[in-house]
Amino acid sequence: MSEGRDKAAFEQRLKAAEQAAEGPKRDAAESDAGSARRAIELAMRLGVEMVAAMVIAVVIGWGLDKLFHTTPWLMILMVPVGMVAGLRNLLRASGDKTGG
Amino acid sequence: MAGPTIDALGQFTLTTGLGGLGRAVNFTNSNEAMLGAAVVVVLVFALGLRSRALVPGRTQSLVEMLYEFVRNMCVDTIGEEGLRFFPLVFTIFSFILLGNLIGLFPYFFAFTSHIAVTLTLALFVFVFSTGVGFYTHGFKFLKFFVPSGVPSWLLPLLVPIEIISYLSRPVSLSVRLFANMTAGHVMWEVFAGFMLLLTASFGVLGAFASVVPLGLNVALAALELLVAGLQAYVFAILTCLYLHDAVHMH
Repeated sequence: MSEGRDKAAFEQRLKAAEQAAEGPKRDAAESDAGSARRAIELAMRLGVEMVAAMVIAVVIGWGLDKLFHTTPWLMILMVPVGMVAGLRNLLRASGDKTGG
Repeated sequence: MAGPTIDALGQFTLTTGLGGLGRAVNFTNSNEAMLGAAVVVVLVFALGLRSRALVPGRTQSLVEMLYEFVRNMCVDTIGEEGLRFFPLVFTIFSFILLGNLIGLFPYFFAFTSHIAVTLTLALFVFVFSTGVGFYTHGFKFLKFFVPSGVPSWLLPLLVPIEIISYLSRPVSLSVRLFANMTAGHVMWEVFAGFMLLLTASFGVLGAFASVVPLGLNVALAALELLVAGLQAYVFAILTCLYLHDAVHMH
């Protein structure tokens, strides 16, 4: 019985103490750290995103060439498509939501 | 040329672990490290959650921090329904994090530095999120590849681009983790080998000069610690992003 009341009282005191100690300051610091984290995360992603699309496009082109005996035309055709897909990846990674 | 040489990639060689039993069933040192990572995760959580104190101790707050960190990541990225995928994301995150961290210690093996491991993880995430997409939306999920608000004569050009962009996900996911871990370990090995080379060729003078690569290696250790955590985080948040795409279709 008393345990439940203690707990409720404790939660209340905890909340009050938290607000008194570091209300607005903490929020600002947290969002700052969050944006730095996102920036680093983005930097880690961008290079690989472009190359990966290119690799996939060339592999698909190469496979289709083998299938249809059209070496190397489909692979050449896929190179610009891969480049554009890489750019699409970049745009999407940097938070562009249009048309996605 | 006699003397020490730099064998930067030798550290990634697979050997057998667990003695004779391991040799018999091809249990490698990489598998040993995976098992170790899983055991450490389970042990830390069992230890941290043993007391279940209202005011957590050190281990318990570590565990709670990790839990809340990944939970917030799930909810922020996927939305409320993201909690359904929380166990998966949390498992992947802690497994990769521990794998990266264990690999940083001397004599331990970094299993995330093998493309076979990271590609398996990435393909699992890829197949799973595609499955979730089809499960949630049925064949309407194919609309994901058709960008909205585009004149229809452009579609034959845009749909292949979208498909390639989608297919490139497991590649970028796996290569990023693998490349970061491998590059870090190779750099360590190269600087360490350089110290031996200096000492072997210039004697005492070389031994003093090798303070420079030693210092670089110490600095690299800090960087690698950052990379180990960050790559686990990036892998987990991209898993969340892909699941978000599968659930919400945009």
